[in-house]
Amino acid sequence: MGKETKELLVLEDILGSNKKIASSIRKKLTENGILAINLLSAPGSGKTSLLEKIGQKLKNKHKIGVIEGDIETERDADRIRKAGLPAWQITTHGACHLEAKMLAQIFDQIPADLDFLFIENVGNLVCPASFDLGESLRIVLVSTPEGDDKPKKYPEAFITSQVLVLTKCDLLPYLPFDTDRVIKEALEINPHLKVFKTSATSGEGLDELGAFLEAELKQRRSQHA
Amino acid sequence: MHELSLVADLFTIIEEQASRAGAKRVTKVSVSVGELAGVVPELFRSAFQSYKKGTIADKARLQLKMVKIKFKCRNCGHELTTRNIMDESFSYVCPACGSKDMELIAGRDLYLEKLEIET
Ligand SMILES: Nc1nc2c(ncn2[C@@H]2O[C@H](COP(=O)(O)OP(=O)(O)O)[C@@H](O)[C@H]2O)c(=O)[nH]1
Ligand SMILES: [Mg+2]
Ligand SMILES: [Zn+2]
Repeated sequence: MGKETKELLVLEDILGSNKKIASSIRKKLTENGILAINLLSAPGSGKTSLLEKIGQKLKNKHKIGVIEGDIETERDADRIRKAGLPAWQITTHGACHLEAKMLAQIFDQIPADLDFLFIENVGNLVCPASFDLGESLRIVLVSTPEGDDKPKKYPEAFITSQVLVLTKCDLLPYLPFDTDRVIKEALEINPHLKVFKTSATSGEGLDELGAFLEAELKQRRSQHA
Repeated sequence: MHELSLVADLFTIIEEQASRAGAKRVTKVSVSVGELAGVVPELFRSAFQSYKKGTIADKARLQLKMVKIKFKCRNCGHELTTRNIMDESFSYVCPACGSKDMELIAGRDLYLEKLEIET
C-alpha cells in the first residue's frame, strides 16, 4: 500500500483555547458588574504591597477579591488575607504566567457580587503579557529600583496595558531613576496609558489610583446597564 | 518559559486536525510566530522536539515562520512594518503624518499554518 503525502491548510490560533476561555470569563464578570484587573510586573515590583494598601482604601465602600498567582507558595494570598481581603491562590507549579484555564478552575469560588477582582499575575514582565485572563483592565507596574529603561525592553506589556503604575516612588531621592524618561517612553509605546506615581510606603498616589478605579467601575457598569 | 504550554496547545490542534483528516502520520508542522508573540524560537523548537515523542507527529519537522510587527496609524491609516521594535532607532511615530497614535495590528499572533500529513 503506497502512502500519500498531502498538505493540510489549518490556520488555527495556538492561543485560541486561552482566548476562548478568557472571553467566557470576561462575559461572566461583565454580566456581574465586576471590574477585573490584571497586574503585571517583574518580581518584587510591589504588586502585593500595592494591593494591600489599595484594598484597605477601597474595601469600606466596595467588595473586593484578590487572585494571587505564584509559581509555588501561598505567601501572597496570606498577606492579602491579613490585610482583611478575601484571596484565592493559584500556584502555577513552574509556569511563568497565569492562563485563563487556571482562573476557570477556581472561578466558582469567586463571589458574584464583587465590585473589584484584582489578579496578581506571576512576577514576570514578558510571558503574562501574551495571556488574556478575561480582565477588563490591565495594569503594568514598574518600581523605581528596577531602572528607567523598562518600557522599550518589554513593549508587549506596555502595549497591552491601559494603566502604568510607578511604584516605590518614596525611594526616588536615592535612585538614579528618571521618572520623566519612563513616562515618555511608555507613552511613546502606548499613548493611551494612564500613569500613576505611587508608594505603598508613604501612601503617595493611592487616592488618585483608587479614584480612577472607582470611576472605571462606574463607567463600565453604566455601559452595561 | 511558557513555550511548553504553547506546544501542548499546539499538539491538541495537531492531533485533532490529523485525526479529522485521517492522517497516519504528520511529517511537517508549519507555525507562524509574531515577533512580539513572546515566543523564543529556540525554546519553542526544543519544547516541540521533546513533546512530539510518541505522538502522531513523532517524526515531524517544525517550520517556524517569523511574522513582522505591523502598526497602523489611527490618524491616517498608514501601515508601518518593523522587525524589531526594541531597536534604538525604532520610533512609534507615524512616518506619514507624524501622529503618535499607532495601533499594533500584527506581530502578536501564534498560528498553526499548515500540516504535511501521510494518509
Ligand atoms: N520603599 C518601598 N518598598 C516597597 C514599596 N512597595 C513594596 N516595597 C517592598 O518591595 C518588596 C517587594 O514587594 P511585593 O509587594 O512583595 O512585590 P511583588 O513581588 O510585586 O508582589 C517588599 O520588600 C516590599 O516591602 C514601596 O512603595 N516603597
Ligand atoms: Mg506578590
Ligand atoms: Zn499617520
